[in-house]
Amino acid sequence: MSTALAVADVHHPVDPMVPRVATIRAIKPEAHGISTFAMAFENPADRASFQFQPGQFNMLYLPGVGEAAISISSDPADARHLGHTIRYAGNVTRALGRLKVGDALGLRGPYGSHWPLEKAQGKNLVIVAGGIGLAPLRPVILSVLRRRDAYGRVLLLYGARTPPDLLYTSEFGWWRERGIEVIVTVDLADEKWRGKVGVVPQLFYFIRMEHKNTMVMTCGPEIMMRFVIYEALARRVPKDCIYISMERNMKCAVGFCGHCQFGPTFLCKQGPVLNFAAIEPFFGREDF
Amino acid sequence: MSLSLPRVAASVTVPKGSLQQVFDNLRGAGFTLIGPTVRDGAVVLEEIERLEDLPQGWVDEQQPGQYRLAKTGENLYFGFTVGPHSWKQFLHPPRLRLFSAEKKNGSWVFHSPQEPPPHYAFVGVHACDLAAITIQDRVLIGSEFRDPHYAARREQIFILAANCGRATSSCFCTSMKTGPKVTSGFDLALTELPDLFLIEIGSEAGSEMMRGTPWEAATAFDLSRASRVTLHAEKQIRRRMYTDDLPDLLYANLEHPHWDEVATRCLSCANCTMVCPTCFCTTVEDTTNLQGTASDRIRVADSCYNRDFSHVHGGNIRPSIKSRYRQWLTHKLASWHDQFGSSGCVGCGRCITWCPVGIEITEEVNSIRTKAAR
Repeated sequence: MSTALAVADVHHPVDPMVPRVATIRAIKPEAHGISTFAMAFENPADRASFQFQPGQFNMLYLPGVGEAAISISSDPADARHLGHTIRYAGNVTRALGRLKVGDALGLRGPYGSHWPLEKAQGKNLVIVAGGIGLAPLRPVILSVLRRRDAYGRVLLLYGARTPPDLLYTSEFGWWRERGIEVIVTVDLADEKWRGKVGVVPQLFYFIRMEHKNTMVMTCGPEIMMRFVIYEALARRVPKDCIYISMERNMKCAVGFCGHCQFGPTFLCKQGPVLNFAAIEPFFGREDF
Repeated sequence: MSLSLPRVAASVTVPKGSLQQVFDNLRGAGFTLIGPTVRDGAVVLEEIERLEDLPQGWVDEQQPGQYRLAKTGENLYFGFTVGPHSWKQFLHPPRLRLFSAEKKNGSWVFHSPQEPPPHYAFVGVHACDLAAITIQDRVLIGSEFRDPHYAARREQIFILAANCGRATSSCFCTSMKTGPKVTSGFDLALTELPDLFLIEIGSEAGSEMMRGTPWEAATAFDLSRASRVTLHAEKQIRRRMYTDDLPDLLYANLEHPHWDEVATRCLSCANCTMVCPTCFCTTVEDTTNLQGTASDRIRVADSCYNRDFSHVHGGNIRPSIKSRYRQWLTHKLASWHDQFGSSGCVGCGRCITWCPVGIEITEEVNSIRTKAAR
């Protein structure tokens, strides 16, 4: 009634902190302590209206336990079934891990920036992932496979600590068949492993790549991404053609709680996918 | 006595006792009055009803790490500056139920709170704090997402601002260009003279709340006396923060040795973030019944000085006090510009006064500037 407000024109009509109800349709164990949960909104209208871009995430909520930011790992062309590949790491993810098919939970999203698939069209693509970092990049791979001819050469450099930690290994066969070069490594081999041993950035030594017209997308531990960027820059990939997906503590996903700040960015809004050129002054800085 | 209402943008004078009529009008219009009052040796913000609730005759002496009230002979109602409270505790409550969850037939139902938001009239809002409200507006309702709880409170508030006639050693609103005189965003703004209040009418609602008061158009003499009041406050401000180079200076000095030096003094107690009128960070808590079939999700004020604030699996992003102080200062004075188009600091000086070891934001910036990498 009184003092005038400066309010942005665009706004979401509902309370952005209140989730909608989703149920678990399927659970697929992926690796040691990691499963993919296929979820769908209970309300058919919510199911029909939900759209997401590769790299975006949802907030999964278990009443009484808490909320966790989880990347969507499924095909953006089928947003009715939302895949979330979850590693049981903390209180919330461990509780999520105890859920069964048919159980309900709260879901809100999608949030955050996405991988620049439009900009990547016509370009070579080097996708570099470590451990569960492949989850937010799987929608990129699935989108590329749907329109394989729209991209140049596509490489996936992937690694995990040990062979049982590797995700989506059963899919590598058809990804390769449809024209993605998949190169895999593990930090620590077991007696059955016949593949490469070494950290993910070392996979750059095994590839020949053009620096021109190439885009790098990477997600994994920050220390891994630092060296992926180092290797990419050493191969003269321009800084603004390198994209990374980062992680920070996150409570609200809509820019209110302040937890996910990384320098000037809110990782929930301008991130999690960031252009390296934009955040270079802050990236890799100790305790930042 | 005038029976008509003063027009918007007019300046009028009323006898001091008439402010009670304004209070009564506000309460009659359904507002809960929140204003300054003395409790536990400090001027705090609480529900008030009468002129007598105001801290008449009290002034605050502030130093780094020190706050004391003193009685003066002047008997002014608004002779104090800012205390430990700010208006954010009413607009952005430190503890708020976001929603409840109820288990029904194996699924969950989420209920948003249905209580109507309180109608607040804020009495005695200083210029720095008014600037802080507009800053929190940009944070909480100025982007694509809107905090509906903040919006509901904010849209209904009535602001009775008070221009400062005094400054303490912690004040530096002139450096941040927020005060000591309010310029916009109020319904009524008063300047206290020894014998009367000069009131500027900022809105139709403000004009309406003057009903029944014996207001008179302010004379040139009263206007000049009022401008001397704020000028007096301005002249008392000794503390300076040079802001022109600010975001760049801090961004260029993220590894400055001074961060380590501050860390030897900073206790990481979070006082500065609690008293800061713009700090907005929150966390969430869940409480359940014993069966796990009903729960509340509560939003709680949080601070970047808390260790858990940056916790991710595997550890904390900012385990050291140095990194947490750097986060607070660079957010407040540098990245806030990138995020919200202004500084996050309004120069109220609360973080200086309420820091138990007297760390001064202005001096820390100066120390970084003296040996800056550019």
